[in-house]
Amino acid sequence: MMPLVESLLRLLVWLLLAPLLPGLINQVKAWVAGRRGPPALQLYYDLARLWRKGVVLSHLASPGFLAGPAVGWVAITGAALLLPLGPGGGGVSFRGDVLLFVYLLAVARFCTAWAALETGSAFEGMGAAREVSFAVLAEVALITAILTLSVQSGSVTLATMLAPAAGAGAVLLAAGLFAVLLAENCRVPFDDPNTHLELTMIHEVMVLDHSGPPLAVVLHGAAMKLMIFAVLLVQAVLPIGTLSPVVAAGWLAGGVLGVTLGVGLVESLLARFAFRRVPLLLTTAFLLCLFALLLAWKGGGA
Amino acid sequence: MSAYLLILLPFAAAAAAALWPGDRTRPWFMPAGGLAHAVLSLWILFNPPPDQPGAWLACDALARAVLPAVSLLFLACAVYGVWYLRVRAERPNRVFVSLMLVLLGLLSAGHQARHLGLLWIATEAVTLTAVPLLHFNHTARAVEATWKYLLVGGTGIALSLLGSFCLGYASLQGGGGGDLTFAALTAQGAALSHPWVMIAWVLLLVGYGTKMGLAPMHTWKPDVYGEAPGIVGAILAGGVTTVAFTAVLRVRAVVAAAGLGGMADRTLLAIGLFSMLVAALFLLGTRDFKRMLAYSSVEHMGILTIGAGLGGAGAWAALYHVWGNSLTKGALFLSAGNIRRAAGARTMDAVGGMALLTPRSAALFVTGMFAITACPPFAPFFSELRVVRTAFATHHGGAAAMFLVCLLLAFFGLTRLVFAIVDGRPRTAARDGRRLFPETAGIILPPLALLLLALWLGVAPPAVLRDTWTAAVAQLYPVP
Amino acid sequence: MSGATVNLLVGVAMGLNLLALASSRVPSIIRAVAVQGMVLGLIPLLMETHFDWLVATVAVVTMAVKGFLIPALLGRAMRSAHIDREIEPFIGYVPSLLLGAAGTIAAVAGARALPLLPEHTGTLFVPGALASLLTGFVLLIGRAKAISQVCGYLILENGIYLFGLLLINSTPLLVESGILLDLTVGVFVIGIIVDRIQRAFDSLDTRKLTVLRE
Repeated sequence: MMPLVESLLRLLVWLLLAPLLPGLINQVKAWVAGRRGPPALQLYYDLARLWRKGVVLSHLASPGFLAGPAVGWVAITGAALLLPLGPGGGGVSFRGDVLLFVYLLAVARFCTAWAALETGSAFEGMGAAREVSFAVLAEVALITAILTLSVQSGSVTLATMLAPAAGAGAVLLAAGLFAVLLAENCRVPFDDPNTHLELTMIHEVMVLDHSGPPLAVVLHGAAMKLMIFAVLLVQAVLPIGTLSPVVAAGWLAGGVLGVTLGVGLVESLLARFAFRRVPLLLTTAFLLCLFALLLAWKGGGA
Repeated sequence: MSAYLLILLPFAAAAAAALWPGDRTRPWFMPAGGLAHAVLSLWILFNPPPDQPGAWLACDALARAVLPAVSLLFLACAVYGVWYLRVRAERPNRVFVSLMLVLLGLLSAGHQARHLGLLWIATEAVTLTAVPLLHFNHTARAVEATWKYLLVGGTGIALSLLGSFCLGYASLQGGGGGDLTFAALTAQGAALSHPWVMIAWVLLLVGYGTKMGLAPMHTWKPDVYGEAPGIVGAILAGGVTTVAFTAVLRVRAVVAAAGLGGMADRTLLAIGLFSMLVAALFLLGTRDFKRMLAYSSVEHMGILTIGAGLGGAGAWAALYHVWGNSLTKGALFLSAGNIRRAAGARTMDAVGGMALLTPRSAALFVTGMFAITACPPFAPFFSELRVVRTAFATHHGGAAAMFLVCLLLAFFGLTRLVFAIVDGRPRTAARDGRRLFPETAGIILPPLALLLLALWLGVAPPAVLRDTWTAAVAQLYPVP
Repeated sequence: MSGATVNLLVGVAMGLNLLALASSRVPSIIRAVAVQGMVLGLIPLLMETHFDWLVATVAVVTMAVKGFLIPALLGRAMRSAHIDREIEPFIGYVPSLLLGAAGTIAAVAGARALPLLPEHTGTLFVPGALASLLTGFVLLIGRAKAISQVCGYLILENGIYLFGLLLINSTPLLVESGILLDLTVGVFVIGIIVDRIQRAFDSLDTRKLTVLRE
C-alpha cells in the first residue's frame, strides 16, 4: 500500500510540477527585459487548451506520427521515475539503471525525430538532422558526466551515484551538465525557443506539424525533460541524498529553482550561437566533464 | 677585467654613435670600435688571463680560441660598412651603426658567458638586436624574412631557455646549491639527474641549433641571409653561428660530465650529417646566390657539429674550421653584396657576366667559393681534412664517406651557380651597375683581407692559435 | 594552504590555454594571454613563506608587463591593422581544442614519470609548463593571423616561465630580470615588425608572406 501511494505521489510530482519550469523561465526573461510576460502557469493553460482541440493528421503519415509523441512521453516519464528525488531514491532502482535512464532519453529523442520525418516536410527533416547531429556531441558530454559520478561513487545505480557530495570537480561537472541541459532542452545558446523563423529552428521545427493532444503530449514531455536535467544537475552537485527528507526536499526545490533562474538569465543575456560554433561549445562541455572525470579518477591530486 | 672590457668597449662605442649628430661621419665609429676590440682580443689571445672557475664572464680558453675570429671579421665588415653606408646614404644609419656595435658587444658576452642563464640572455639579446639590422632594406621581402626569423628564432630561443631550466633542475636534483655556472655543473658530474639532463640536452641542442642553423631548424636561414644586407649576413654567418656553436660545446661538456657523452656525441654526429645532406641537396637546386650562401652556412654548421661529435681531435678541427668558415664566409658575403648591388638582381636567371661588370668582386667571389669548398691552400681545406682523418681514426668511416659525398654535391651546386653568374655576357639591366656602384677600395679590400687571412691560416696557422685550440679542447673534453 | 592555492592558479592558467585555443576573436586571445600572465606573475608571491621586497617587486613588475604592457602593445597593433577576427586557421578550432585538451592530459600523466624534488611533487608546475608549451605550439603553427601567432609565442613563454618557477630559489634575480627584459624587448620588436607587415602587405594574414621561396 505504502509503496503504491509513494509511486503515485512521485508520478504526480513529476507530472504536475514539470510544466511550471518553462513558465518560470519565461517570467525571468520578461523580468530581465522589463516586460510583464506570460504568467508562470501559462503552460498549464496551453496544455488544457490543446487537449480540447482536434488533431490535424496528414493522410500520408503512418501511425508512427501519433505513436512518436506517445512513446516519447512514456519514455521520458520512465526516465523521470528512475531519477531519485532526494533520499527517497528512485521510483524503480536496480543496478545499472543509469544506462536505462540514458537510453530512455535517447528513445524519446528518436521518437520525436521519427515523428518529424513522418510528415515528409523539408523543414522537419532539417530540424531532425540538426537535432540528432548535435545530440551526438551532447550525449558524449552527458555520458562523461555520468561516468564521473560513477567513478566517484563506485557504483552504477542512480540512487547511489547521486547521493554523496560531488568531489573535487564539482564546479567543472556543474558547468558541463548545465551546458548539456541547455543543449538537450533546446535553449539559447543552442536553439532559440521563441524564434518564428523555421530555418533557424531545431526543436521547434520538429514539432511544427503536431496539433491538439499530441502537441500537448510533446510540450509536456519537453517540460519533464527539462525538470529531469535540472534535478540531475542539482543532485550531482549537492549531497541531497544524505539529508533528511524535508530538508532535502527544500534543497532540491531551491536547486531546481536556481537552475531555472540560471537558464532564464542565460536566455536573456546570450544570443543564439551560429550553428557552426555549436560543436565547439559542446566540445567544451565535453572537455569540462572530461576534466571532472580525470579529477575524480586521480582523486583530486595532480 | 679584460672580459668586461671586451663587452663594454663596443657598448660605449654604440652609445657614442647613437648620440653622434653627423650622419656622414657616424659610420666611422664601426671600424673604430672594431679595431679597438680586435686589438684587445688579440692581446688577450697572446696574454691569456689566469683561469677563474667561478666567474660568470671570463675569457677562458674556448672564448680565446674563437672570439678573435669574430673580432677580425667584424673589423673587416666595419671597414666595408663605412663605404657601404656611403652608397646607401639615403637611409638614416644611426640605428644601424649603434646596433652593429651593440651586436659586437653581445657576441663577446655570449662567447665569454660561463653561466647558463647569462649565456641565454646574451644569445636572446643577439637575436633581438639583429632584427632591425635585417630589416635595413625595408622591402616587403625583408619584412617577410624578419618575421620568419623572429618566429623560428624566437621559438628556438624559448626552447633553449626551457633546456637551461631543465639543466638547472637536473643540478638541483643532484644536490647542487643552485650555482648554474658551467664549471659548477661539470663538477657535479655524475650526480646530475639523468632524465633531466637528457631532456635538457635535446632542448638546448634544438634551441641553440636553431641559432646555428642546423637542419631541420634551418628554414629561416635562406630567407634571412637572402634579404639581409651583405654586411649583416656576414656577421650572422660568421659571428652569431659561432656563439651558438660555443654554447653547444659548453653544454656538451656538462652532458659528458654527467656520463651521457656517448649519446650526446651520437646526436651531434647525426644532426651534423643531416644538415650537410640537406644543405647539399638544396645547393644543387637553388638559383639565388645569396640563398646559396645560406645553404653553404648550413653545410658548414654541419661540419662543425660533426667535428664536435668526434671527440677531442674532432673538436680541435672544428675550432680550426670556425676560423676558416668565419673569415671565408665574410669574404663571400661582402663580395656577393657588391655583385648584387651592381647587378640589381640576385638569381642566376637575371644575373650574368659579372666578371666583365665587377671584375674584382667577381674574382673575390670565385676565390671565396673555392676556399669554402675546401680547396687548398685555404684554411677550410686543412680543417675539413682533419675532420675526415679524425672520423676514420675513431672508426666512423661511414660518416666520413657521407661527409665527402655531401662536400662533393655542395661543390657541384656552388660552382654551377657561381660560374653562371660570373661567366657569360652581362644582362642589359645590369649595364648601369658599373657606373652606379664603382668598385672602390673600401668595398674590395676588406673581403680581400679576409681571404688572405684565410690563406695564411691554412698554410701556416700561428702557434699561439694552435695552443689556444688545444687548451680549449682540454677544457671541454677533459681526459679522465 | 599555499600549495593548493598555487595549484589552483596553475589550473586556471591551464584553463586559459584552452580558452585561447577555442577563441576565434583576436581580442579574446589577447585577453586570455594577459590574464594568464598576471596569474602566473602572482605565483612567486605565494610561494615565498616570508615576505621579501625584492621578490614582491619582481612579481609586480612581471604582472604589469605581462598583464598590461604586452597586451597593450598587441592591442595597438591589432587596432592599426583593423583586424578583429581570425580567418579560418590551418588547424580548426575544435581540433585545436581537442589537441590542447589531449596535451594537457598527457602532460599531467607524463609529468609523473619525471623525478621531482620532494618539495615539488604534487605541484602542477611541470604539467602546466608542458601544456602551455603545447598550446603555444598549436597556436604558433595553426593560426594564420600574425597576432594570434604572437599570442601563441607568449603562451609558450608563459609555459617556460612556469617551469622556471621550479628554480626560483636558485635562479638569481639578475637572471630573472634579464629574462623578463628580453621578453619585453622581444614583444616590442615583434610589435614593430607586425606594424611593418601591415604596412607592406596591408593585412596581417601570414599566408601572404610567401614571396620568399626557392
